[in-house]
Amino acid sequence: MQPKPVALKVLDIISISLLGIATYLALVFAPTELVMGDVQRVFYFHIGTAWTALLGFILAAVFSVIYLITKDLKWDRLQVAAIEVSLVFFLITIALGSIWARPVWNTWWTWDPRLTTAAITELIYIAYFMLRQGIDDPDRRARFGAVYALIGGLSAPITFFAIRLFRTIHPVVISGSNPEGQGSFSMTPDMRVAFFFALFTFTVIFIDLFWNRIRLGSLQDKVEQLKLKVTM
Amino acid sequence: MFFQEPTPDTSGYMIAGYMIAFIVMGLYVLSLYLRNRNLRQDMAMLEEMENSTAKAQAISERQKGPKKPVGRKSAGTVTKRTKKK
Repeated sequence: MQPKPVALKVLDIISISLLGIATYLALVFAPTELVMGDVQRVFYFHIGTAWTALLGFILAAVFSVIYLITKDLKWDRLQVAAIEVSLVFFLITIALGSIWARPVWNTWWTWDPRLTTAAITELIYIAYFMLRQGIDDPDRRARFGAVYALIGGLSAPITFFAIRLFRTIHPVVISGSNPEGQGSFSMTPDMRVAFFFALFTFTVIFIDLFWNRIRLGSLQDKVEQLKLKVTM
Repeated sequence: MFFQEPTPDTSGYMIAGYMIAFIVMGLYVLSLYLRNRNLRQDMAMLEEMENSTAKAQAISERQKGPKKPVGRKSAGTVTKRTKKK
């Protein structure tokens, strides 16, 4: 196994630094929202993680198509990495949303279209890993995984557009408005700075974790090959 | 201004949210590190096993050596046995 590239080490450090700055901007720099109070500050990380997670699920669907065309296991590794990192980020999104909803909607959870599609998306990708666990043959596992991730990828745009297509109480803060949304607010310039910086930060963190996960996947493959070689 | 409701104190929820976000991210990074470490250990062990298997094969092949004619070998053993008697 090759040692960790210098570029990845630098990216690790940059990611940690950006996360620190994003936290400062969200907790200190951005002003307190008058109606909701401090809980509105979870919005910066909520959107940041949601954006990268949904992007990751769509990326995984693209990798699935490439795998199905080329049959190169490299694309399977990329697909698994994208889904795993996105799954973690989306879990944070759902948890933060639920915490925000408690004081604003007076409930931890409601079966609103956005929340429902988000929960289904998360469950689809949890099931993806369960499916892969059950298949031993690497080629078969990759093929099944690719088809599943391709179909599962449809849930990402559905989740994104759920608040724009259906009647929902989830607020639309960016590019649009929802008259029935509860907890809507308009962003001040300082809030915008914190928001866009959080988006940028989580994109960089996603790339960093994605790269690390790809390296782990290639190491896993090498160990599997070596196991086969030794046992034969 | 007098009719404006005071901003509610929801800082507890905010702290809980950020704590959960950092804990989940931290746990994921830890899992990446642990899986990486375990795989490296497995890799080292498997390489060692592969090397030892290769060595054992080489030794057994060396012990067999070049094949000698069967007749001469059997004659030698007979003489040894007779000497013992």
